[in-house]
Amino acid sequence: MRVVIAEDLFLLRDGLTRMLQAHGLEITAAVDNGADLLAAVAKDQPDVAIVDVRLPPTFTDEGIRAALAARKTTPGLPVLVLSQYVEQLYARELLASGSGGIGYLLKDRVFDSAQFVDAVRRVAAGGTAMDPEVIARLLARNTDNASVGALSPREREVLALMAEGRSNAAIAQRLVITERAVAKHTASIFIKLDLQPSDDDNRRVLAVLAYLEG
Amino acid sequence: MSDGNGAGTQGTEATPARPGPQDAQDAQGTAQAEESWSISWPLVAERARTGITVAGQGLVLLAVAVTGLVVSFLTLAVVVLPGPGLVAYGSGRNHANAGLALALALPVFIVGLFVASQLLPAIRQLASTTRRLSTRWCGVPIADPYLPRPGAGGEDVGLGRRLTWRLADPATWRDLLWALVNGCVGAVLAALPAGLLVAGFLGLFAPYASLGLRLVFIAAAVLEVWTSPWLLRGYGYFAHSLLAPTRQAELALRVRQLAETRTEALDTKAAEIRRIERDLHDGAQARLVAMGMTLDAAGQIIDTNPEAARALLYEARDASVKALAELRALVRGIHPPVLADRGLADAIHALALDTPMRIHLASDLHGRPPAPVESAAYFAVSELLANVSKHAEARETWIDIRYTDGMLRIGVTDNGHGGADPSRGTGLHGIERRLAAFDGILAISSPPGGPTAVTMEIPCELSLPKTSFS
Repeated sequence: MRVVIAEDLFLLRDGLTRMLQAHGLEITAAVDNGADLLAAVAKDQPDVAIVDVRLPPTFTDEGIRAALAARKTTPGLPVLVLSQYVEQLYARELLASGSGGIGYLLKDRVFDSAQFVDAVRRVAAGGTAMDPEVIARLLARNTDNASVGALSPREREVLALMAEGRSNAAIAQRLVITERAVAKHTASIFIKLDLQPSDDDNRRVLAVLAYLEG
Repeated sequence: MSDGNGAGTQGTEATPARPGPQDAQDAQGTAQAEESWSISWPLVAERARTGITVAGQGLVLLAVAVTGLVVSFLTLAVVVLPGPGLVAYGSGRNHANAGLALALALPVFIVGLFVASQLLPAIRQLASTTRRLSTRWCGVPIADPYLPRPGAGGEDVGLGRRLTWRLADPATWRDLLWALVNGCVGAVLAALPAGLLVAGFLGLFAPYASLGLRLVFIAAAVLEVWTSPWLLRGYGYFAHSLLAPTRQAELALRVRQLAETRTEALDTKAAEIRRIERDLHDGAQARLVAMGMTLDAAGQIIDTNPEAARALLYEARDASVKALAELRALVRGIHPPVLADRGLADAIHALALDTPMRIHLASDLHGRPPAPVESAAYFAVSELLANVSKHAEARETWIDIRYTDGMLRIGVTDNGHGGADPSRGTGLHGIERRLAAFDGILAISSPPGGPTAVTMEIPCELSLPKTSFS
């Protein structure tokens, strides 16, 4: 799998590169600013771009804007945005930039390399990887929502993992239950939230996220 | 603060913003702008009504003026008459009790001074009433010129300091002068509208008057009706000349206010820095120390017990995650990332997304206020939203951000149960103080049963909007 990295801090850029290479991914370019990212994306046609939110020259939300710009010039380009903090506002903007192939994770998630690489692969395959913190805040926003309140604690756990973009298999593994049990929970969730059931993992995630964003 | 408009006078338009002197002036301005020279009967009726109202208001001002004159005479009389009177009496050679009179003169004089000092608050009250009425009725806003009351901070203040506070204030003596002058000149000005109207009545109904005299009298009444909006304004300007703060008093007040807000701003900053230091010391720093020790322990046993070493390494990793989470929370409290990235409107949008309540955000902000103002406004809104979530039991909140005439205005309105009292909660007072550092103000309207509307205003300049990438 071919990856472009945009991260301005040398240590992190280097660390990410080595970690992904260790997991058998090919790093076609590792750049330190938004303009170079756009150039690298155009030249290398990577499977996924990993972008830090803060990049020169403004060190504000340059990375988000570069990611959105890259998805505009290369529609459907999978982008995984990394940040020291996560904001629902940015999550919404990223999700709105096209369906699927989007990730938004705290930098801390890099510490668990297996999970992180899994997220990278998921995004590259057109899936979604939303940080658990974004999901936790989305759920907190819906505490007064009667439909969400009607979910059982287990269903709420499944909902959170589903909203992060995990597949039934991954959810089953995480919660140490069978995949059939997960399928039952998701079906129940979709009925309680009055959502159209879908076999497509990614469409399912987007429906749940859209529902929670209200 | 006054409600901006007198009872049923020029107050036909509802002023939506915070009522204040400026609004009163605007109301008057609009009343004048509606005037036209072609004859229209509704206009004449309107004018007649205004004329009568103005006459009534003039009579009220007259009553205030006469009361002021009486009180100020009384004040001067209790000082000038008894004590010096006794001296004069005692100096007369042939009086039997001359010695006693002289002996009593000083104590009586002092008692007179004391009584006079007790009458001063009444004069101040009358002057303040005139200021309010001038603002409301005459369209000439007059600010309070007084030195701030001692012990406003809540400490107990003796009679002596209160007395000095009044006596040392030049505004007190200007009030006294005002009461005397207003009793003569002001009274005539105030009585003029009513007098002209009465003249008109006399012109119409008085028996045995010549036609010419009648016409002159009626003309006087017509003149009153036609010029009534300006008659009271004239009185207002007259009142302004003596009752308004002098330039010196204004500057003194300003200096005092700046010194206060500066001290408070510095105190707040210092407290915040101490809090950050403590948080770092007890949080991230401590965790890094622990991590270092855990890693060292892992290094020591890695050859002998690789399994235990691996467990320690994972422990160190988890500690780093916790340290990062703490640092994130700390940074959010110092300067929220979205505020730095995108500015006030988006930061408040992000805040709204994190608040478990339906929030309608309307923003009309093209450009960015200075960073300190942005930060103060952000934390003020954040605090208000926290208040709403905690106390108001509101289901929806409306936030309105706009910039007009060099003023950043933010309104936060909720549909909760109201009853918020800035004097009780420390939160609202804290916001007020933080805004004061920028000459900003906070106005709150929260009747029991709701809704609660908080409006903040901060004067500031906007920098040019950043060009967008997307």
